Amino acid sequence: MAEYQNIFTRVQVRAPLSAGVPLPRGSWRRSGRPFFAHWLGVIGDAQVGPVYLGWTGVASVISFVAAFEIVGLNMLASVNWNPWQFLRQLPWLALEPPPPGLGWQILAPLNEGGWWQIAGFFLTASVLLWWVRTYRRAIALGMGTHVAWAFASAIWLFLVLGFIRPLLMGCWCESVPFGIFPHLDWTASFSIRYGNLFYNPFHMLSIVFLYGSTLLFAMHGATILAVSRFGGEREIEQAVDRGTAAERAALFWRWTMGFNATFESLHRWAWWFAVLCTLTGGIGILLTGTVVDNWYLWGVKHGIAPPYPQVFPPVHDPGLLSRAPQ
Amino acid sequence: MTLGIRLSVVVAVLLGVAMLVRFETPPIYTVQWGYRGTGMAQIFNPHRVAAAVAANQSPAPLGPVQSGGQKASAVYKNVKVLGDVSVGEFTRLMASMTNWVAPNEGCNYCHVPNDLASDAIYTKVVARRMLQMVRHINGDWGSHVALTGVTCFTCHRGQPVPSQIWFANPGPPHAQGFAESWVGKNHPSPAAGLAALPLDPFSPFLQGTDPIRVESPAALPGEDPHSIKETEWTYSLMMNISQSLGVNCTFCHNSRSFRDWNQSTPQRVAAWQGIRMVRDLNTNFLLPLAHVFPAGRLGPLGDGPKLDCATCHQGVYKPLFGVALAKDYPELGLPSK
Repeated sequence: MAEYQNIFTRVQVRAPLSAGVPLPRGSWRRSGRPFFAHWLGVIGDAQVGPVYLGWTGVASVISFVAAFEIVGLNMLASVNWNPWQFLRQLPWLALEPPPPGLGWQILAPLNEGGWWQIAGFFLTASVLLWWVRTYRRAIALGMGTHVAWAFASAIWLFLVLGFIRPLLMGCWCESVPFGIFPHLDWTASFSIRYGNLFYNPFHMLSIVFLYGSTLLFAMHGATILAVSRFGGEREIEQAVDRGTAAERAALFWRWTMGFNATFESLHRWAWWFAVLCTLTGGIGILLTGTVVDNWYLWGVKHGIAPPYPQVFPPVHDPGLLSRAPQ
Repeated sequence: MTLGIRLSVVVAVLLGVAMLVRFETPPIYTVQWGYRGTGMAQIFNPHRVAAAVAANQSPAPLGPVQSGGQKASAVYKNVKVLGDVSVGEFTRLMASMTNWVAPNEGCNYCHVPNDLASDAIYTKVVARRMLQMVRHINGDWGSHVALTGVTCFTCHRGQPVPSQIWFANPGPPHAQGFAESWVGKNHPSPAAGLAALPLDPFSPFLQGTDPIRVESPAALPGEDPHSIKETEWTYSLMMNISQSLGVNCTFCHNSRSFRDWNQSTPQRVAAWQGIRMVRDLNTNFLLPLAHVFPAGRLGPLGDGPKLDCATCHQGVYKPLFGVALAKDYPELGLPSK
């Protein structure tokens, strides 16, 4: 008998193509003719479409395309419209926020960060419209809005980095460039400028929830795959019976570590860990430069950063010595 | 499924080949360098160390000559720097300079064959100024070069133009108009280990005296005006120093607090002096020479060649692994003790 035991889904359950439940009154029509795709069936459901776009979906896609085009065309301009150099240097290219001298100018000159502001506006609009979409589609299906609120937590971090913190600092220049390597260089520079983000307690919490999320996801994914031979992926319908995949999965953890989450609470754990990762991360970023200027020195002040024995001969700042050469 | 397995094998082989080409071959040795648990470590790859040792051999000095006798200025005309040196030592140094700088081109790389005193060839004017620079470094910059000192060979390595020099870098061609203007970065930066950091950290810091210190000196917000963008320039300079010396950040800094001198290594003080030395040399020796060079020796913006840490260090924490060649040439101005 076919089983779910592998990295990939070996069994493709194919029902007749279906558009899904009827939509509430006032909805748009679903777009696209549904079809089956074998390779998507290997990692998920083989049926593709139809999609429910709605006006928020359409507006979100248009906004995203606008932001994507502005960033991409500026990157292309930065290699003098050379498509080969664009491909070759793509990970290095970026669109920068306005320079420090412009402060919180509402629209900077286009070639000095103005394009960055416009791209940021459209990207933010796109993300917020997509949020509305996740919220309203959940309501339309009679679901809870957990997905939307989890997404909101990620949007919070995005907005803190790109908008709220720069606003509080009074300078667009504090924001992040759009670019693959440049945003990573920005991250390292951010930590260096503000005295080592590792001493920021909210950064610590964010890392706990980030790594914790991967741990929980590994435990849960492994557990369910391990009991899929007993139909364990059909979680809820088994949760109340004895001897089922669900009970074996629970017993496994009770036996190995004394405590087991339930099939319901496990998803609360996972949801909160994922949500708190970006929630605490956003708080940590928001406090940096606004409330704390050097996290290492703050850590020393509050007993987080211990002193270590000095193993090198004493070193002093040569810039403070008199008659120091310039 | 077999198609999937075949595809996976192909991808794995391609990745493996890419890794062989792009990545360092093991082993990597980590040597503890500070207090345990603080991550103060230096990383060495024996293959790279062997290559660096082979590429950084110092030549033997020419045999000593008598220091007495007539002075160079009494025998030769137009001797402006080494007039007080004996003829023997003067000739020995000229021969050594030829070996160090122009071994293939010979004396005539700088001298007019029939008139050695002539300044007609620009390289002679440059060489004289560089000789003064070497004596200035050895005599006045003991805070950086200590009693090891430098010779022409430290930078030149048998080439008329040292391999590691820099010019102001205007970046690759950019579209003009209302597209984003040049910001000095966001292209692969050879100066900064191919990061997307600024391409020219030299002009502001090693020619100009822009502030390098960007980290806040106080726990709470106050007067510190430095931005994240400025930090990226400092970061680029530090990456450049790191690759110029073939060392990690932790050669000088305790990375828990890059700014704290009390937790830094003594090497950071030497580096601090080195940055000032390079500024001094670029400002007082190399920049004024720009008009002496022919157009072919100038950079894309018409500036002359300038030096940075790599010009002497060439990937090694001490140039030529610390061989003190200058002590065998007292006329190069190294204090005896």
